[in-house]
Amino acid sequence: MDKIIYMDHAATTPVSKEVLDEMLPYFCEYYGNPSSIYYLSNYSKIAIDKARERVAKAINADKNEIYFTAGGSESDNWAIKGIASKFEDKGRHIITSKIEHHAVLHACEYLEKKGYKITYLDVDEYGMISLEELEKSITEETILISIMFANNEIGTIEPVKEIGAIARKHNVLFHTDAVQAVGSLPIDVKEMNIDLLSMSAHKLYGPKGVGALYVKKGIKIDPLIHGGAQERNKRAGTENVAGIVGLGKAIELAYSNLEENTEKITKLRDYLIDSIQKKIPDVRLNGHPTNRLPGNVNMCFKYIEGESLLLSLDMHKIAASSGSACTSGSLDPSHVLLAIGLPHEIAHGSLRLSLGKDNTKEEIDFVVEKLATIVDRLRQMSPLYEKAQEGK
Amino acid sequence: MYSEKVMDHFMNPRNVGEIENADGIGEVGNPKCGDIMKMYLKIEDGIITDVKFKTFGCGSAIASSSMATELVKGKSIQEAMQITNKAVAEALDGLPPVKMHCSVLAEQAIRKALLDYSKKSGVKIEGLEDVEFDDEDLHEIHEIED
Repeated sequence: MDKIIYMDHAATTPVSKEVLDEMLPYFCEYYGNPSSIYYLSNYSKIAIDKARERVAKAINADKNEIYFTAGGSESDNWAIKGIASKFEDKGRHIITSKIEHHAVLHACEYLEKKGYKITYLDVDEYGMISLEELEKSITEETILISIMFANNEIGTIEPVKEIGAIARKHNVLFHTDAVQAVGSLPIDVKEMNIDLLSMSAHKLYGPKGVGALYVKKGIKIDPLIHGGAQERNKRAGTENVAGIVGLGKAIELAYSNLEENTEKITKLRDYLIDSIQKKIPDVRLNGHPTNRLPGNVNMCFKYIEGESLLLSLDMHKIAASSGSACTSGSLDPSHVLLAIGLPHEIAHGSLRLSLGKDNTKEEIDFVVEKLATIVDRLRQMSPLYEKAQEGK
Repeated sequence: MYSEKVMDHFMNPRNVGEIENADGIGEVGNPKCGDIMKMYLKIEDGIITDVKFKTFGCGSAIASSSMATELVKGKSIQEAMQITNKAVAEALDGLPPVKMHCSVLAEQAIRKALLDYSKKSGVKIEGLEDVEFDDEDLHEIHEIED
């Protein structure tokens, strides 16, 4: 296979070599079930313990506040449903936003059917929630605020610390889906008053199928998965030892190289945005111009449709996405782009290019050059473009 | 996801463009749904002698338009009336279920262009008298059928 130009790091990342090397012994050599009593299992137990320490350190949590899960979606589901069922006698109101990942939105919609009241906060044109609106939405019944750390489609970073302060002031729990932020942004759960935080390994050069939920000490939560006594009786199921080891290594690497990678990727991101805006007319940057994830570029190309753009890029071995990967399976444009106020026809023409630590300036130049040709070709075919040109 | 034929018609679409003084023009679809198809017909003595299209939409919408133009070119009006969305999809070696509405759009674009021709020229076309073009419902219709 020729080399792919991979610009879809918000969808997933390759497992880095160092991460894989640490994982490998836990498949065939140290395969013992961590719950077993014999010596072999000690290796697995120790490995999980070490990973838990690494994850905790990365977000300034304590080791016993980290629970391993099968990924970001499980962590989100557990946080929301687990708190909802534990606190149903205290209240049945949850506040979230319109631009959350479907793992949060659909979990909330599920609770809505069970009689919970959910407030979906609006966002502004950049995708930021309003702190004033958030505070006004809190009632006696409110048990949880769930707002994402950074948006997966448009990269906007929410005012997490301020949300945490509001939650604390009103004695409401605060969960944040930090799947896109962990490994890319500094996180301090104590300083930011975060009570629950979801993360996923495969977004930070770790393996797929493993994640974690941070639950602040003292907070009671019902399990989502019932069964054995793993994860201190909170999450049943034999541990994904190799995966957990991978998460631990990946998060440690991400935070030891955070400044260097952030600086490099942010520069590339701004160069990519700038190049597209210079070379292609009628484009729009979605999300916040500066307050966004280091690697996220999301643009709308007027008069064309996103899927045809993706297929054309794929012909040049350029991997990107239009909205989130989950969104592309349906026919509706992204709920995030609609929430920031884009009309349907513009939202259909969105392209997300998410950069990673290994992308280069040369790759960006190549992508922009191809993109300019592709956009022009598709516009020449588009009756919308024809109409717009006649109007000019 | 797509057949080779779909990719071929997407990457190298046939008959893209417009026809000046076309005898019939049909535009279907809706920018809200993410696809608009516009078809131009040149008709001489009851035969479609030339056809062009412009499409805003996904890969399968562009491929369906391209295939539809190939299917109608050189055909008589009555033959063109017989072209169904299934024929378009089959000629493309199939479309994913979620994209079947693109072939419906192609079928409708042909018929709407013929209707336009019929109105302009006064030539009556059997089967077009009470056709309705309901762009909004296209997706829903086919979600049920699929």
